[in-house]
Amino acid sequence: MITPPTTSVPMSPQTFDVESLRGEFPILNVLVHGHRLVYLDNAATSQKPRAVIRSEEEYYRTMNANVHRGVHTLSEKATARYEESRESIRKYIGAGSAKEIVFVRGTTEAINLVAATYGKMHVGKGDHVVISGMEHHSNIVPWQMLCGETGALLRVIPLNDRGEVILSEYEKILDGPVKLVAISHISNALGTVNPIREMIASAHRRGIPVLVDGAQAMQHGPVDVRELECDFYAFSGHKMFGPTGIGILFGREALLETMPPYQGGGDMIKSVTFEKTIYNDLPHKFEAGTPNIAGAVALGTATEWLSGLDWTAIGLYEQNLLQYATDALSDMPGVRIIGTAERKAGIVSFVMNDIHPHDIGTILDRDGVAIRTGHHCAQPVMMRYGVPATARASFALYNTASEVDALIAALGRVREVMGI
Amino acid sequence: MTSGAESLYQDIILDHNRSPRNFRVLDGAHRIVEAYNPLCGDHYTIYLKLDGEIISDIAFQGSGCAISKSSASVMSTVVKGKTREEAEALFTAFHHLVTEGADAGEDLDQYGKLAAFSGVSEFPARVKCAILAWHTMKSALHSDAKTVSTE
Repeated sequence: MITPPTTSVPMSPQTFDVESLRGEFPILNVLVHGHRLVYLDNAATSQKPRAVIRSEEEYYRTMNANVHRGVHTLSEKATARYEESRESIRKYIGAGSAKEIVFVRGTTEAINLVAATYGKMHVGKGDHVVISGMEHHSNIVPWQMLCGETGALLRVIPLNDRGEVILSEYEKILDGPVKLVAISHISNALGTVNPIREMIASAHRRGIPVLVDGAQAMQHGPVDVRELECDFYAFSGHKMFGPTGIGILFGREALLETMPPYQGGGDMIKSVTFEKTIYNDLPHKFEAGTPNIAGAVALGTATEWLSGLDWTAIGLYEQNLLQYATDALSDMPGVRIIGTAERKAGIVSFVMNDIHPHDIGTILDRDGVAIRTGHHCAQPVMMRYGVPATARASFALYNTASEVDALIAALGRVREVMGI
Repeated sequence: MTSGAESLYQDIILDHNRSPRNFRVLDGAHRIVEAYNPLCGDHYTIYLKLDGEIISDIAFQGSGCAISKSSASVMSTVVKGKTREEAEALFTAFHHLVTEGADAGEDLDQYGKLAAFSGVSEFPARVKCAILAWHTMKSALHSDAKTVSTE
């Protein structure tokens, strides 16, 4: 049996009890340089609720064994729990079959898997692969490598000054010999929510499959892959309140069936002789070697925990918090926000005067405020907006308006320390 | 509670960040080496003129955080006119100061202007910023390296 979340948050559509929810995240009580942690680096990784931490511990305490191998009791338990977790994730993202849920290390591996298998099968010399100008390096480099090997061309959908893809340019690009579109659902550097349903529909009208990089999207609410009609959807456990080192590639069964394996080894085979290997069925064909079983189990728990939340209320709460932070930052002297798309998730990238973001980050840290500074693994985005780096505050469902106030106060200290 | 960030951002550092010294292209330089930290994007070019064993002139260009820029600037002022050997000794002293901190009972005055960087050792994530230009200067003295990275 799947262990149900040990705590549930009572909420009505209008009210969302953030304090009660914060109580489920032990790390939020940690002191940093004598200050209560203000964690605003959720786009890098989210914190973990007690249910997820317990789940991983419980797995190791009560059922640790290798999966899909032994006939002994623990191995059977571990296998059942691992597969139950896959089923929880399938249900959470609305996939039609558990065969479509491949456990990987994270978004990066999921994208590399598709590039190395589907990509090599279908992309050839002169073909085009399409990405956007706001992609994370993990949704750029695998395609560059593929294009380098095959002689294909990487096309990039340009962005407007607000940080949105220019859809008319996308339509033009799609008229080329495009074999695949790979686009982020939400930009990690700008916070832009892309109109992916519309973009997927445009590609599909021309018979072009679409991979969605969902790394940033999963912490801001449930995603339904059937509703999106995407062909591949890649995401990481650690950005959705689950553990690091585990992620998911969703792929449509018909596509996964035709794809060659990604890595060879144990678990991905039915039979091996020195002459010939018969590959295993989906999804095991793509899961060579002993997987991150504890991580998979805890990710299943994370999706169950997420299912128990009122996402209508949280969606509203997060949008209000984003608005509050955007207004407060805009009022700070010398602050310029990078990424002002109409549809945004809780990510605010900014620069302040000519203070380098790393100096901002160091001074904020001394006040207990954790943000990300740098190029956010999206150097082309930095180049597009003419900055070497930005400071980025990213919010999750447990952040509060008083934490935004703490950020603003700490930024005031930055000006003071830097003598501005 | 104070943030403690002031121990890092001392006045000399802020001054050199705001008005970096020897911040120019050096025509006729004998050594031109790039300094680059791919993680944070700090990027400088360091120019050296050598007159036998003496660093007769040094200049730099580029951009980065206050720590890396002020470090490059202060370095340029202290190594100008020094012999290679003296510059290397300064490198060793600076490296020790920003990685280990001053030794107990040690007189900071002996470090001269470099003493402004005595707070860096308390900020491990920023040691690389402080040391970037120095590594670059050292490799410019030694070799024909074109880019030096602290990552």
